[in-house]
Amino acid sequence: MGEEELDLGCARPTGGPVGVQPDQVPPEREGKSIEEVRKPMVSVGKKAPDFEAPAFYEGKFKKIKLSDYLGKWVVLYFYIRDFTFV
Amino acid sequence: MSDLKKLGVEVLSMSVDSIYTHKIWQEEELSKMVEGGFPFPMLSDAGGKVGQVYGVYDEDAGVENRGRFIIDPDGVIQAIEILTPSVGRNDAELFRQVQAFQLVRASKGKEATPAAWQPGEPTLKPGPDLVGKVWQVWKPK
Repeated sequence: MGEEELDLGCARPTGGPVGVQPDQVPPEREGKSIEEVRKPMVSVGKKAPDFEAPAFYEGKFKKIKLSDYLGKWVVLYFYIRDFTFV
Repeated sequence: MSDLKKLGVEVLSMSVDSIYTHKIWQEEELSKMVEGGFPFPMLSDAGGKVGQVYGVYDEDAGVENRGRFIIDPDGVIQAIEILTPSVGRNDAELFRQVQAFQLVRASKGKEATPAAWQPGEPTLKPGPDLVGKVWQVWKPK
């Protein structure tokens, strides 16, 4: 489930939203930068925006994609920093 | 966190830290606080692109605020909580909400949970018969 193991070199792996691409900008968004398009677009009752990101899990580096979790309840947590205690 | 596992909930945690930092945090600290360490994937959102979309990224500080999203099996967001850095969350309220959303989903929307509902307590059955009669089946604590 969304756990493709990463083959890491020296490159810095990073992830990001899936499905929001400049060439898919809807007409009402024309003239706005992709940054504006990426303004928060979440609300309750709406689909959670898909993303993929590198992860550390079970001792390995893996790629995780939210949409691979369809069919399950998911709690998505954001937090400030590792090594902090609140 | 293991309570969430019992509810069949998958947890994805995310910060702007790298996966290498996550590894060291898990191995050097979390695994010593909790037996077996943090039991779910620790995701890296270096650059905050995902956090921006979810409305939790603080551009000035370059970090992500405490966002918590409950996402149902259809991929629909059912609950959002976002806190500034200085106040921690309350997992008990998360467990309560997850159980309430699971119950409502299992009832296919025929049942609802009143304010401060706790698992095992009576639910509401919204419909014409309930209008004006909530007081008969539920009293505020």
